[in-house]
Amino acid sequence: MNIFLILSVLVLIAISIWQITKIFELSQAKKINTQVADDSDNNLNGKLMFAFLIFIYGITIFSFWSYGDVLLPNAASEHGSEYDNLMWISFAIIFFVQTITQALLHYFSYKYRGEKGKKALFYADNDKLEMIWTIIPVITLAGLILYGLYTWTDIMTVEENDEALVVELYAQQFNWKARYAGNDGVLGDANVRFLQDFDGRNLVGIDATDPNGFDDVVVQELHLPVGREVIFKMRSQDVLHSAYMPHFRAQMNCVPGMITEFAFTPNTTTEQMRLDPDVTAKVKKINKIRVEKSKELVASGDSALDPYEFDFLLLCNKICGASHYNMQMKIIVETEKEFEEWMSSQQTFAEVIQ
Amino acid sequence: MSTAAVHTEEDHGHHHKETFVTKYIFSQDHKMISKQYLITGLFMGIIGIAMSLLFRLQLAWPEQPFGIFEVLLGKWAPDGVMDPNVYLALVTIHGTIMVFFVLTAGLSGTFSNLLIPLQIGARDMASGLLNMISFWLFFLSSVIMVLSLFVEAGPAAAGWTIYPPLSALPQAQPGSGTGMTLWLFSMAIFIASSLLGSLNYIVTVINLRTKGMSMTRLPLTIWAFFVTAIIGVVSFPVLLSAALLLIMDRSFGTSFFLSDIFIQGEVLHYQGGSPVLYEHLFWFLGHPEVYIVLLPALGITSEIIATNARKPIFGYRAMVASILAIAFLSTIVWGHHMFISGMNPFLGSVFTFTTLLIAIPSAVKAFNYITTLWKGNLQLNPAMLFSIGLVSTFITGGLTGIILGDSTLDINVHDTYFVVAHFHLVMGISALYGLFAGVYHWFPKMFGRMMNKNLGYVHFWVTAVCAYGVFFPMHFIGMAGLPRRYYTNTAFPYFDDLADINVLITVFALIAGAAQIVFLYNFIHSMFYGKETVQNPWRSNTLEWTAPVEHFHGNWEGEIPHVHRWAYDYSKPGHDEDFIPQHIPLKEGEEELQH
Repeated sequence: MNIFLILSVLVLIAISIWQITKIFELSQAKKINTQVADDSDNNLNGKLMFAFLIFIYGITIFSFWSYGDVLLPNAASEHGSEYDNLMWISFAIIFFVQTITQALLHYFSYKYRGEKGKKALFYADNDKLEMIWTIIPVITLAGLILYGLYTWTDIMTVEENDEALVVELYAQQFNWKARYAGNDGVLGDANVRFLQDFDGRNLVGIDATDPNGFDDVVVQELHLPVGREVIFKMRSQDVLHSAYMPHFRAQMNCVPGMITEFAFTPNTTTEQMRLDPDVTAKVKKINKIRVEKSKELVASGDSALDPYEFDFLLLCNKICGASHYNMQMKIIVETEKEFEEWMSSQQTFAEVIQ
Repeated sequence: MSTAAVHTEEDHGHHHKETFVTKYIFSQDHKMISKQYLITGLFMGIIGIAMSLLFRLQLAWPEQPFGIFEVLLGKWAPDGVMDPNVYLALVTIHGTIMVFFVLTAGLSGTFSNLLIPLQIGARDMASGLLNMISFWLFFLSSVIMVLSLFVEAGPAAAGWTIYPPLSALPQAQPGSGTGMTLWLFSMAIFIASSLLGSLNYIVTVINLRTKGMSMTRLPLTIWAFFVTAIIGVVSFPVLLSAALLLIMDRSFGTSFFLSDIFIQGEVLHYQGGSPVLYEHLFWFLGHPEVYIVLLPALGITSEIIATNARKPIFGYRAMVASILAIAFLSTIVWGHHMFISGMNPFLGSVFTFTTLLIAIPSAVKAFNYITTLWKGNLQLNPAMLFSIGLVSTFITGGLTGIILGDSTLDINVHDTYFVVAHFHLVMGISALYGLFAGVYHWFPKMFGRMMNKNLGYVHFWVTAVCAYGVFFPMHFIGMAGLPRRYYTNTAFPYFDDLADINVLITVFALIAGAAQIVFLYNFIHSMFYGKETVQNPWRSNTLEWTAPVEHFHGNWEGEIPHVHRWAYDYSKPGHDEDFIPQHIPLKEGEEELQH
């Protein structure tokens, strides 16, 4: 019912605007209306153009002031700070350009608003000017490109090494699993053909004839030791998914029939992250919202919402069907010791298929 | 009715004996066909925008049942709550309709058809028959797309990009069943329509320019439509191939895009294919497509700004060069949609490089538009406001493209609302403004009447405020990590603090939607009751305004005007009038601007 009301109100507003302009026009009956802009139209719209510039600046400032706190907190991975630096520099440049160009555009629209009797300047080209505003973007963009490519190569170059933790992220409609390579550091071969072995206990389709797989550990909650590089090997069981871990500035599609790769080194534990001032502020805000929401729910007979505690997240970020919006896995970054403790309490593949 | 024969210069414009059917339905006259494209495009636009309002309601108030959902979505909204599958279907069809049916056919189809013959001085397109066929194929594809909304399992729902395997496997979701088949069928026909249209535009521009209309005297609209048609011919066939291969995977058991899949409890037989191949094929069209959408809007803007500023467009040569540069570069940047697709990261580097290059001609265009305004005598008609608005949103949206085109930065914003904000500003707003500007400006040419300017002002200002209101805050929710194509954000408490922003966006969107009613009313009402126009209401230089108001085949009685100058002699010193149409010979001692 609500929306009928809202829509009706909107339609009525539109109709009233129409009627008002009609009345206005009828009242101008004596003036011949060519429906071509005249001096008074130009004057009004010129001023509105300038006002619109203020609006653009206003909405920019308003958005940063109101919504600045929803932006992601400091990156929790080593390459994350490189990422964030590149982002801020890029933003600084584009904001500079935006501020100046919008000002010129709207100011000129106001300053040179038409008036009968005025003549425009016949100014058709100026090669020197064109050269200047071609060269300056070229130099700026060249700088951005070089910086960007350097960072990209840095992030995307994954060198196999003994130190790194190798973890498979296994995506399916609609959940995630993670597989650790175990003590041998090598993931056993796997393929969807093997999923139906062992009465469905072979959750990610490990090839039981490959000895490397025996010590693999399959879990539904991703634990990572802080300070150690993790190399993700991603697989998908069915359709395209994408492993998106925004706090680590990490994302990579999971493609059926292919193993994709992404690596990073987490440098902040979950506990440390929970103490980060931006995160604490965000959690507080969220819990305030949840408390409000719970009041409504309880009033209508439902149970209240659980309070929220920050956790790193793995979300699916490639449309994959009905529950794409709820395909998530908790990520816990902990000390090496906590990690080993947790790992030792998990079942290996060999134990699962016994 | 002439078919293949092209009227020669000696022929007069003349009146064929016409029936209702040959005049209004199976017309081969470019002016009628342009109106047919426009009306079909507007109709599809109403559906597309309505869909966006539905899913915006869902996003702002995710647990709230809505009566309108039950009314419009029936079984897809049990108890008034939208089904997640239909949410995906709505965003898919919204995207498909807006990009292809409104902004490609509705924009190019309308204005290329209307303006190419009239502005180059030709009696009609090179082939009136092909032109008619291309419209009716477009109409047919629209019908099929709309029909796909009514199949039992729902229309296509894998995003407008329909990546396999999701789009290839009916068992993956309801929206990959019959609805997907119809979508593919509709698009194949749409592509055929587009190709026929493009061929016609290219051949006409090359061959049928009137005497004196050299390429360097062409208005920028024609340059834009011409180059757009070339891009279309190069890139649309690749989408067709992707669609055909997908049809084969779906219906004939091939494995072009599929391999190693287990779904709904069984291992499928497909081996050896890759979804990434589909992505390459799709985006090979997909990226040029956005320039196919944008270039005509930019051409229209050049024309409208020059006319209304009473000044030549600044830097004509640079504008032409930038159209050509954008066209060329647009074919080598497609991989920036695929940075995290799993393709070799080295490709990512290549595409970052080419993508940031394309920012340069775009920047040049923006600067040239701004300089055209400087020291002009700006006639702020609604068409001019939309054109200035286009430059504003093109700058804002284009700048965020620099973030997205950088492969590193794309890692964390790919497929988030940051992308949605970006492409809506450049396509959904800029190109749409181009469409509106074109309609306001050429309405007198199309319908012999003027649109109501006050309603036009209301339409512009409400839309302009809401456009920024919807899409500026959206960048923030994207930077906050919120993925797109999510039915609701409530599955993640982490995103609870974004709910307010979603509400704000939806409110602005609803108001923007209502503002379009003003436009539609103005459009329809003015068609019948608008003030009758004079021949050249905007005092413009281009040739279409030398043709009489009343439409007939052949456009001009008697000989087609000859051209003696470029299209931008506005406020030229040494002349009393502040405009000199292209067909006016040079005065004694007058020099033509050299290009």
